[in-house]
Amino acid sequence: MGIISRGFSGRSREHNPDLPPGQFLTTDFPVLSAGPTPRIDTAEWSFTITDESGLMHRWSWDELMALPVEDIATDIHCVTRWSKFGTSWRGVSLDTLFAGIDTKYAYTMVYSYGGYTTNVPLADLLGGKAWVAFEFDGAPLDPEHGGPARLLVPHLYFWKSAKWVRGIEMRKSDDPGFWEQNGYNIYGDPWKEQRYS
Amino acid sequence: MNAVWKVGVVASTRTETPTGRSIQIDVPGWGGNLAGQHVDVRLTAPDGYQAVRSYSIATASPGDRLELAVDRLPDGEVSPYLVDDLLPGDELELRGPLGGWFVWRPEQTGPVQLIGGGSGIVPLMAMIRAHAASGSTARFRLLYSVRTAEDAFFVPELEQLASAHFSIDWVYTRVAPEGWPVPAGRVGPRVLESSTIPASEMPAVFVCGPTGFVEAVADALVALGHAPASVKTERFGGK
Repeated sequence: MGIISRGFSGRSREHNPDLPPGQFLTTDFPVLSAGPTPRIDTAEWSFTITDESGLMHRWSWDELMALPVEDIATDIHCVTRWSKFGTSWRGVSLDTLFAGIDTKYAYTMVYSYGGYTTNVPLADLLGGKAWVAFEFDGAPLDPEHGGPARLLVPHLYFWKSAKWVRGIEMRKSDDPGFWEQNGYNIYGDPWKEQRYS
Repeated sequence: MNAVWKVGVVASTRTETPTGRSIQIDVPGWGGNLAGQHVDVRLTAPDGYQAVRSYSIATASPGDRLELAVDRLPDGEVSPYLVDDLLPGDELELRGPLGGWFVWRPEQTGPVQLIGGGSGIVPLMAMIRAHAASGSTARFRLLYSVRTAEDAFFVPELEQLASAHFSIDWVYTRVAPEGWPVPAGRVGPRVLESSTIPASEMPAVFVCGPTGFVEAVADALVALGHAPASVKTERFGGK
């Protein structure tokens, strides 16, 4: 327990088992990004996965839409301490996208339009844990929230759910991405409060 | 090292606006921070309940004194306490400094355009102070958007720091002062074109404020020809 803050009572004492430590609930959907919002036309959009041999698997927007689409209901947790419960998304599972990828590497670097990167272990992208999402709350994903498509990895802090995603590269080692080079944790488990490096 | 909670003692507070104040804190072992970084502040209630929020730091001094400036959010949990209740001598727990992206370093010699909305001035103030303290001759220009004149933070110091290397452009979005040459209005492409360093001079641009403000300004900057990679943004949305 920390030092007592004279006169501070705080707001809520109800322990919510779905709320990771140090988080508070919001009904808003705050926007956090490091620069201007890129605007990407779906006609020019593509998504790629590149394996260690340099082989690039590519999907156009129409090809992505032709894949099985899943409804995702999930809580999301931002490192800036807000959590939002029961968000609803539609997207394509990374299991589907990785089905034809032959790789022995265990790590990935995720790339975005606009230059953002984030590193995620492959195991955290597979097994029904991650999607390329293009709908939020029944509507196309807004550009400021990462549209036309963003990565959705809701079991990690939300900076790992790269907005404006454009591709994934297989990596032999867990190299830090953008925020991970700027003071944030290499993995980002909200339940272990892995916020900072 | 930054993951360790340190205990700070409030040295003084200063009313800045009707809803905001600055807080000067001595944190033994702090050891300074870069201009633009932020800090986690932790409050603990008598029953052990804790609340933590991140705040930008308004200073970039080398020592153990730092300054925060906080705007009271109507339904906030932490900000009303910091603005209304905290007194000199009170202790606060702090962790940081945090963040390595939205920062300006005195070694940077290129022109810098700062664009702040409301309490979004706070990390920009740290840059302005670092610029002055280092004797930097890099061109600094601030566009400061506030609802009314009384909503501006740090006014006397900003005016005092204005120099050959630092100029300020004010934008009033609700009510302009008496005799102000232009009517109140939001920061749009026209204001940005007339009152900021042009894209052709390739300034580093730092934008901080509420999400809607930052989105609109960043979009307009890109439309005016600024390279997206030269525009760094910081927004506050959570409560």
